[in-house]
Amino acid sequence: MTTAISIENLSKRYIIGHQRMEGYATLRDVLMHKLRGLAQRIRHPLSVNAENTQLEEFWALKDINLEIAEGECVGIIGRNGAGKSTLLKILSRITEPTAGRIKMRGRVASLLEVGTGFHPELSGRENIYLNGAVLGMTRSEIKRKFDEIIAFAEVEKFLDTPVKRYSSGMYVRLAFAVAAHLEPEILVVDEVLAVGDAEFQKKCLGKMGDAIRGGRTVLFVSHNMGAMQSLAGRAVLLRDGQVSFIGSVAEAVDRYLQREGLRDSTEVRNLTSQVDGFSIESVRFEGARQEKGFNKPLYMVLDLQLERTVQKMSFGLGFVNSIGSRVLTAERTVPLIEKGRQSIEFVLFDHHLPPGDYSITLGIGVGGTQALYQDHVIAFHLPYEGVDSDYLARKTDRIGVYHELGYRIVI
Amino acid sequence: MTKELVIEPKKTAAGFLGELWAYRELFFFLAWRDILVRYKQTAIGITWSVLRPLLTMIVLTIVFGKIAKLPSGGAPYPVLVFAAMLPWQFFSNTLSESSNSLISNAQMVSKVYFPRLIIPTTSMVVSLVDFVIAFGILIALMLWYGFYPDSRILVLPALLLLAMITSLGIGYLVSALNVKYRDFRYVIPFVVQLGLYISPVGFSSDLVPERWRLLYSINPMVGVIDGFRWAILGGETHIYWPGFLLSVGLGLLLFIAGVRFFLRTERSFADVI
Repeated sequence: MTTAISIENLSKRYIIGHQRMEGYATLRDVLMHKLRGLAQRIRHPLSVNAENTQLEEFWALKDINLEIAEGECVGIIGRNGAGKSTLLKILSRITEPTAGRIKMRGRVASLLEVGTGFHPELSGRENIYLNGAVLGMTRSEIKRKFDEIIAFAEVEKFLDTPVKRYSSGMYVRLAFAVAAHLEPEILVVDEVLAVGDAEFQKKCLGKMGDAIRGGRTVLFVSHNMGAMQSLAGRAVLLRDGQVSFIGSVAEAVDRYLQREGLRDSTEVRNLTSQVDGFSIESVRFEGARQEKGFNKPLYMVLDLQLERTVQKMSFGLGFVNSIGSRVLTAERTVPLIEKGRQSIEFVLFDHHLPPGDYSITLGIGVGGTQALYQDHVIAFHLPYEGVDSDYLARKTDRIGVYHELGYRIVI
Repeated sequence: MTKELVIEPKKTAAGFLGELWAYRELFFFLAWRDILVRYKQTAIGITWSVLRPLLTMIVLTIVFGKIAKLPSGGAPYPVLVFAAMLPWQFFSNTLSESSNSLISNAQMVSKVYFPRLIIPTTSMVVSLVDFVIAFGILIALMLWYGFYPDSRILVLPALLLLAMITSLGIGYLVSALNVKYRDFRYVIPFVVQLGLYISPVGFSSDLVPERWRLLYSINPMVGVIDGFRWAILGGETHIYWPGFLLSVGLGLLLFIAGVRFFLRTERSFADVI
């Protein structure tokens, strides 16, 4: 596999402080600053010059090492300020690195913002040419793809009206339409998927998928974790300018959402019962208790206070995934529980729940009457760590319970 | 077919011209855009390109020719003034446009890669269009006065090139400075206004006394304007060669300095803009 992008020890430093205080400097400010410095030095020849020591170094990126193979699609995630856009800017040659080097094979096209170069006074037609040229397409290329671009953007009727009259949706569709028809070997995209309605986003993802299937190398930044998981094969998690993790998208997303490892327990206290005679002191969810991997038994402990002995107490757990779908229900009727303080440990074997975020709905019944029914009693996370399946590494809790199909080939 | 690209902190000067050539289409597109934008949606649009030089010439002729009664050395005063206005307007337009060009294209500078040198250069192209229009007026003017130039006029393209180089040089310098120090934007109109009076636009260079001639020629536009006058008016006008060469030399120097300064600071544009 040939390497399309190779990044070695890349670092980018910004100097902030005096020079950047007002956002930009005016000659007057610079002169005043210098005069003040001079005055200070005259008055206190031996002390440290306070005017100059306010410079601060800020490393937007520090020692980034990354190799991307041809045809790969890699996502970059991280909090705001982690350095994602800076990395893309350097790859797009907008700004220069402070240290390190990057090697890229093939034509690079960057989409850091939608509608770069668009001029409001010009018509849609003219802006297509302009934007295309700005993004690096030749005139003949634009001409060739002109009809496709218009069809994608759905703006045939308004082609000759000035762009300033377009609705924001049309504007964005047109801008993306031009960019979508770039045919570089390497495509670098920065959060443009955040723009536009659901229909448009679907189109964008479709186009990016096409690019990947066409063998292009794609590097993109997005906060849309769903898109990231469906498009990218690998993800890079940046934190404070450094690479925090490189690996499967699901795990990177996991770490990004700040769930590291197993949640040891989640606890809820003093739930109210609708039936007299007992109270629930605490519900303690202990998860898989240090066991890592798929389909490990899950444990939960309930502490009850019963005023009398109860027969046929039923306990039901409903597991709800991150999009609010009930994916699993487990229940058991306990024939007899003595009065007093009782602690019951429940265990769920063979649940087949994929890694992801779940919440538990708890239902308790006494002799046919509902005593408690409460949603979101517990929220817990099943981590990706230890999960061996390649399939599961790319999926989330949205797939519901996961089973392996049995098969035989029928002759 | 696939070329390898290496991005490192130190920029290699080699291949710079090659890169400019590779981006020539973008250059044309941006120039086309600037021209289009200029004339779209304005009722006056093109007429302004005609009115401005015409009106300025009328005012200068009245002030310097009729009221001050400065000598014109044989040619009709309006033609004398217009011959100088041609390069001067070109220069001042280019300077005004290019000084702010990077800032007004800040969005592109911070989001797309291309040799930034293209931007101030395209503002020159727009002034070129104005130049051509003004030249048309000059021809009309000369026909009106029955004043015909001699063979010297053939030197005009070379002089135009000189004017381009001079204005670009200063344009590059100023546009690069303007990115970091935003108040340069206010300095330029002042410089242009001042320049109109110390350059031989309203008057002929012959008026400047001998001992000041060389000092006066430090203004690079003196050489260009005198050259234009010499070429267009022909006949009795002659050039003060030492002054001319000094102006030309300075113009070239400014160009080289401007380009070098621009390229050196180019790297930090996206960070500062």
